[in-house]
Amino acid sequence: MPDTREITLTVNGKEYRREVETRLTLADFLRHELGLTGTHVGCEHGVCGACTVLVEGRSARSCLMLAVQCDGLGVSTIEGLVEGGALSPLQQAMQDCHGLQCGFCTPGVLMTLTEFLREHTHPTEAEVREVLTGNLCRCTGYQGMVDAALLAAKRMRGEAA
Amino acid sequence: MKTPGLNEWFGAAVKRKEDPALLRGEARFIDDIQLPGTLHAAFVRSPYAHARVGRIDKTAALATPGVHAVIVFEDLPDTVRERPLPLLVPHPALKQPFLPFSLVKDEACYAGEPVACVIADNRYIAEDAAQLVEVEYEPLAAVNDCRAALESSSSLVHLGSDSNIAARFPVKVGDTDRAFVGATHVFREKIYQHRGGPFFIECRGAVASYDTPTSTLTLYVASQGVHRLKRCMLEMFDVGDNEVRVVTPEVGGGFGPKGAFYPEYVNLSVAARMLGRPVKWIEDRRENFMATHQERDQYWDMEIAVDASARILGVRGQLIHETGAYVPWGIVLPWITATTVPGPYVIPNFKLDVLSVFTNKIQTTPVRGAGRPEAVVTMERLMDRVARELELDPAEVRRRNFIQPGQMPYNVGIIFRDGRPVTYDSGDYPACQAGALEAADYDGFRDRQQKARSEGRYIGIGISNAVEATGLGPYESATVRVATNGRIVCYTGATPQGQSHKTTLAQIVADQLGIDPHDVDVVTGDSSSVSLGIGTFAARTAVNAGSSVHVAAAAVADKAKKLAAGMMECLEEDLELSGGFVRLKGHPDVRKSLRELAVKSIGTPGFSMAGGLPPGLEHTAHFTPEQSTYSNGTHVAEVEVDIETGAVKILRFTVAHDCGRVINPLVVDGQVIGGVAHGVGNALFERMVYDDNAQPVSTNFGEYLLPLATDVPRVDLVHFETPSPLNPLGIKGAGEGGTIPAIAAIAGAVENALANFGVTISEVPITPQRIVELLGEHALGRTA
Amino acid sequence: MKPAPFTYHDPRSTAETVDMLASLENARVLAGGQSLMPMMNFRFAMPDHLIDINKVAELAYVRVEDGTLRCGAMTRQRDLEYSNDIGARCPLLHEALAHVGHRQTRNRGTIGGSLCHLDPSAELLNVTALLGGTLHAASKRGVRDIAINDFAVGYMTTSLDPDELLAGVSLPLPGLGEGHAFVEFARRRGDFAIVACSALVGLERDGNIASARVALSGLSHRPLRPAAIERALVGQKPTADTFKAAAAEAGRIEAMADAYVTAEYRQHLARVMTYRALEQAASRAREKAYA
Repeated sequence: MPDTREITLTVNGKEYRREVETRLTLADFLRHELGLTGTHVGCEHGVCGACTVLVEGRSARSCLMLAVQCDGLGVSTIEGLVEGGALSPLQQAMQDCHGLQCGFCTPGVLMTLTEFLREHTHPTEAEVREVLTGNLCRCTGYQGMVDAALLAAKRMRGEAA
Repeated sequence: MKTPGLNEWFGAAVKRKEDPALLRGEARFIDDIQLPGTLHAAFVRSPYAHARVGRIDKTAALATPGVHAVIVFEDLPDTVRERPLPLLVPHPALKQPFLPFSLVKDEACYAGEPVACVIADNRYIAEDAAQLVEVEYEPLAAVNDCRAALESSSSLVHLGSDSNIAARFPVKVGDTDRAFVGATHVFREKIYQHRGGPFFIECRGAVASYDTPTSTLTLYVASQGVHRLKRCMLEMFDVGDNEVRVVTPEVGGGFGPKGAFYPEYVNLSVAARMLGRPVKWIEDRRENFMATHQERDQYWDMEIAVDASARILGVRGQLIHETGAYVPWGIVLPWITATTVPGPYVIPNFKLDVLSVFTNKIQTTPVRGAGRPEAVVTMERLMDRVARELELDPAEVRRRNFIQPGQMPYNVGIIFRDGRPVTYDSGDYPACQAGALEAADYDGFRDRQQKARSEGRYIGIGISNAVEATGLGPYESATVRVATNGRIVCYTGATPQGQSHKTTLAQIVADQLGIDPHDVDVVTGDSSSVSLGIGTFAARTAVNAGSSVHVAAAAVADKAKKLAAGMMECLEEDLELSGGFVRLKGHPDVRKSLRELAVKSIGTPGFSMAGGLPPGLEHTAHFTPEQSTYSNGTHVAEVEVDIETGAVKILRFTVAHDCGRVINPLVVDGQVIGGVAHGVGNALFERMVYDDNAQPVSTNFGEYLLPLATDVPRVDLVHFETPSPLNPLGIKGAGEGGTIPAIAAIAGAVENALANFGVTISEVPITPQRIVELLGEHALGRTA
Repeated sequence: MKPAPFTYHDPRSTAETVDMLASLENARVLAGGQSLMPMMNFRFAMPDHLIDINKVAELAYVRVEDGTLRCGAMTRQRDLEYSNDIGARCPLLHEALAHVGHRQTRNRGTIGGSLCHLDPSAELLNVTALLGGTLHAASKRGVRDIAINDFAVGYMTTSLDPDELLAGVSLPLPGLGEGHAFVEFARRRGDFAIVACSALVGLERDGNIASARVALSGLSHRPLRPAAIERALVGQKPTADTFKAAAAEAGRIEAMADAYVTAEYRQHLARVMTYRALEQAASRAREKAYA
C-alpha cells in the first residue's frame, strides 16, 4: 500500500487540498495533480533550475522537495506572476529583450529573478549573472535574460519606459 | 512580387508571438500533454556497453500493482521485429550500416540501449517495476575509443561484423602529393576533439495515442521534423499514410538530436495499440546522458603545406570519426566535417581520408554545428601554426589566403553532403574579418597584452573564420490559406525548438498580404496539416521555409488581386493589399476584404469558378534550393588565463557574421549569441566521459558541465549582409553561426595567452587541469 | 528519476526524531534535501523511512555566546549568510558561504545537512575544521560531542551511529586580531571545489606570525589541518618566501584522484590555494593590527 498523506497548501493564492503519495515531488504535484504545467522539469537532481518555484517567497528547486513538505505552506509559480492579467514588468522585459527562445528554462528563470528583484532594486550585471548561475539555459547564451532583469529593475524604479 | 508599401516587416525586430504563452506558463510542451487514461512508460536499459542479452523474466515486474505490460523484443509486431530503425541517408561508402532494433534483440551495443519497456499507471510505478525486470546479460568486451577500435587486437563493436569501420571515404580536390613535394614549409598537427552532447533543458519525450474513430495512431513527440518521423513510422509499421499522424508541440531545445527517430517511439506506439490507451514516455536526465545522440570523438592528423609567403599549397590528412554503436544518419556528420575544413581559404589541393568508426557508445549525429566546429578548429589550428612558425600575425596569414569577393561564386572542388560541389555563392570574407578585428580592437591588443604582462596577468587573442553550408535542401513546405472567415493561417513542415518561426514566418506572410504578423497563425509540426516537409535543423528554415512561405504568400496575394479585379471590374495593377483588404490604389475605401475574396474563391455550388481560377484563396509551395547557401563569420576571442590554476576567463568576444538578409534581427542576434554559448561549452567545459569499458561516467549536470551565466561573455556583434542569390529573399542560415567558429577562437586565444611558455593547444575542450599540465613548472607562478 | 517508495515521518521535536531513529530500520534524515533528494531521485539512496526534520523548529538557531558560534543543524545556509552576528564576528564563514551552491540551494540547504553529507570539499566542513568545531549528536541515549577531526570515518561516511541525529555544531570564533581567508578553485561558480583552503593568521606586535591555522579540502575524504605546516609558520615573517615554503609543503600532501581530476593537479592546486590563503589572511591580520 503506498504511503499517502493529506495536504493543504496554497499555490498562487489559491488553496488546494489533496491526498498524495509521500514520494511525489513538488514539481510533479504542481504539474500533474494541479495541472499547473508552467513549472518545468529538466534534470531532477537540482542543477538546471527549470523547476524553480517560490516556497514561502524563497526560491527552491521543486524537483528536490516533496509535495508533503509543502503542507500548510504557500507556493508561487510562473502562473502566478501576471499582475491583473497583464505580464509583470519582468515578464514584459523578458519579451522586450528576447530573453527566451525555446522557453523551457524560462519558468525557473522568472522565479529566480522575481525573488532577486524583490531584494535588489539596483542590481548590477555581475549580480544578475551571479544569481542566474542556478539556472541553465541552452538557447540564449543568457545575455537577453540578463538585459531583461536590468531593464525590469529600471522600470520598476520608474526610470525607463 | 513585392508591392510598394508592403515589406515593412522583413528586417523588423518584431517581438515574438511565442513569448506571451511561454512567459505565462501556458505553452504546451510534450509532458504538458495530458490525455485521459494515459499510461506511463519506463525503459529497462542495458547496463553494459556490450553484452549478449538472454532470458528476460518479467514476473516480478508484472506482479507490481499498477503495471499493465512489460514489452520485450519477442512481443513486438512482425514488421518491428524484422526491421531495424530506418537509415535515412544511405551512401555507397557506408559499408556496414548497423542500425538498432526497437528493443535489443540479442546483443546490446551501448550502455543505455533499451531492452524492455514497462507500462504502468504512472512513472513512479513504472520505475519500481523496471528495477524488478530480470535480464540475463553476458558482458562482452567493449570498445571505448575509435582509434583503439582500428587496431587489429581490438574486439568488435558488433559481433560477427567484418571490422569496426562503418565507412571510409576520401574528400579531395587537386593533387596533394604533388603540392607537398617541394613545398617550402610543411607542418603537422594532431588534434583531438572530445565527445559532447546537445543537452537541451527539456529531455526527449513522446505520447502515442491510438484514436479508434479515425483508426489513426497519433505520435506526439518533441522533435525537429514531423514528416521524417512519420516516414519512419510508416517504414516500421507498414500502415497506411492516413493511419499515422505525427505532431510536435513546443519543444525545449533540439540542436539536432531531437530530429532523429528513436526506438522509444516505436515501443510507445506498440504499447498504445496493445493496451488501447495513450502511452507517455518522458526521458529523464540520466537516460538523456545515455540514450540521446551525441557528437564527436574525432582524431585529426593533418598536414599543411605553405610557400615562403604563408600561402597555402595544400592540406591533407586523416580524420578518425567516432560514430558510436550505430549509424542512424549514415555518414552525414563526418562528411559535413570534412567538407567544411577548407573554409574561406584558397586551398587548391586538399585530401582528407575519413574513417567513420564504431564504438560501444551511443551514436553520434549532428549536434549544433554538425561537425563544422570541429573542421574549423582543425583548419584554424593549422593557420595559427603557420603564423607561429613563420612569425607572422595570425590575422595576416589568414588575409593572404582568403577567397576574394571577386571570386564568387567559388567552387571549392569537393562534394558536399547535398551531392553538389561545395560552391560558395556569395560572401566577403576579408571584410568580415576586418570588421571583427576592428570591433575587437585587435590593433590595440599588443598594448593590452603588455600591460597585463606587467601586472602578472596572461591574456591572449584568437581569431577564427568559418564558412558554413546552410539552407540545406531538398525543400520545405508551406501552405498559406485565407479561411472563409477571413483568418489567415500558414502551415509549414518546419518544426521549431526555439527558433521563433511563428514570428519570422508570420513576418513574411504579413509583407505579402499587407497585414500585421499578429493576424496570421503559423502552424508548425503537424504531419497532417501539410503533406510534405523536412524539418528544422542545420540552419535551414529561414532559407527553405522562409522562401516557401514567401512564394506561397505572394501567390495568395496575386490570386486575391485577380479575384478582386474580377469582382471590382478593374485592373490588377490598380490594386494593392493593406490592412486585410485589396484596395483600389488612390481610393482605399474601394475595396474587398480578404474574407469576401476567400468566400468567393471556394465557389458557389452549381456555379463555375470565376475567371478560370483554381479554387481556394490558398497556395502551397515547396522551395527547392539548387544547393546550400553559404553563410560566413569571424570570431575573435580575448581571454585571460590564470597560469596557477589553469582557469580561463573570456574577457571579450566579438562576432562578425554574414547570414545574408535578415528577417528579424532580434531573432538572429539571439541565435548567434546562443550559438556562442555552445561554443564556450565545447571549448572549455563539455566532456562526456566514459570509462575503459565504454560505461558513461558523467551522467549528471554536476559532472558534465554546461556553461553558466558567469561563463558566457557578452557578445559584440557586427553584422554583414551579403544577400544569397539562391533564394527569393536573399537569406542564409543563422542557427549555427554562433557556434561554428567559436571553439577555434577560444582555443587560439588560450594558446596565444600561453605563447611565451611554448604551450600549444591541440585538444578541445581545454580544461584548467590540462593547461596546468602543459605549463609544467611555469604553473607554479608565484609559488615557485 | 523518481524516488523509490518510503514511509514518511515528520517529527516536531528532537526527542521525537531520535525516537524514530532508534526504532526505524533503513531510515534517512531529510534536512534541506539538496544532497539527499538527488540521491533518492537517482535511486542511489532508497530508504524505507524518510524522517523529515524541517518542522523541528528547535534545531534552527544561530547564537553567539562566550566566543563560540552555535548553530542548530537545521539552520538554513541562507540564514547563516544573512546573519549579522556572523558577519560581525566570523566573516570567514560568509566568505565560504559565497561559494556554496546557488541562491536556490542555500535557501533550503542546511549547515547540518552539509556536514553530514560530508562531500570532501564542502565549504562549511572546511570552516568547521579550521575553527576546530565540535558537533553535537543527539540520540535516545543522550548527547554526544564529536570533535570535527573525529567526524569523518571514510569517504562521505560520518561517525554518527545509526540512531544519532546531528543536532548542532559549535564553532569557536576566531580571535579578534586574526586575519582570515577562504579561497577555492572550482570549475564554475557554485560548483564543488576541487581544492579549497581556508586560513587564520594572527600576528605578534613585531609583525611575525603568532598563530596560523590552515584547512585544506579536496585532497582527502575530509579537510586536513596540516599540523607541521601550521607549526612551521609560527615565528616566521609573513613574507612571500614564508608562504611559498608553506605552500610547497602543502603541495606534497598526498591527494586522491577520480575520473576528472588527477592527484597531481589537486596537489598543485593545494600549493597555489595555500599560498593565496596565507597571503590574504596575513594581509588582513596586518590591516587589523593597524586599525
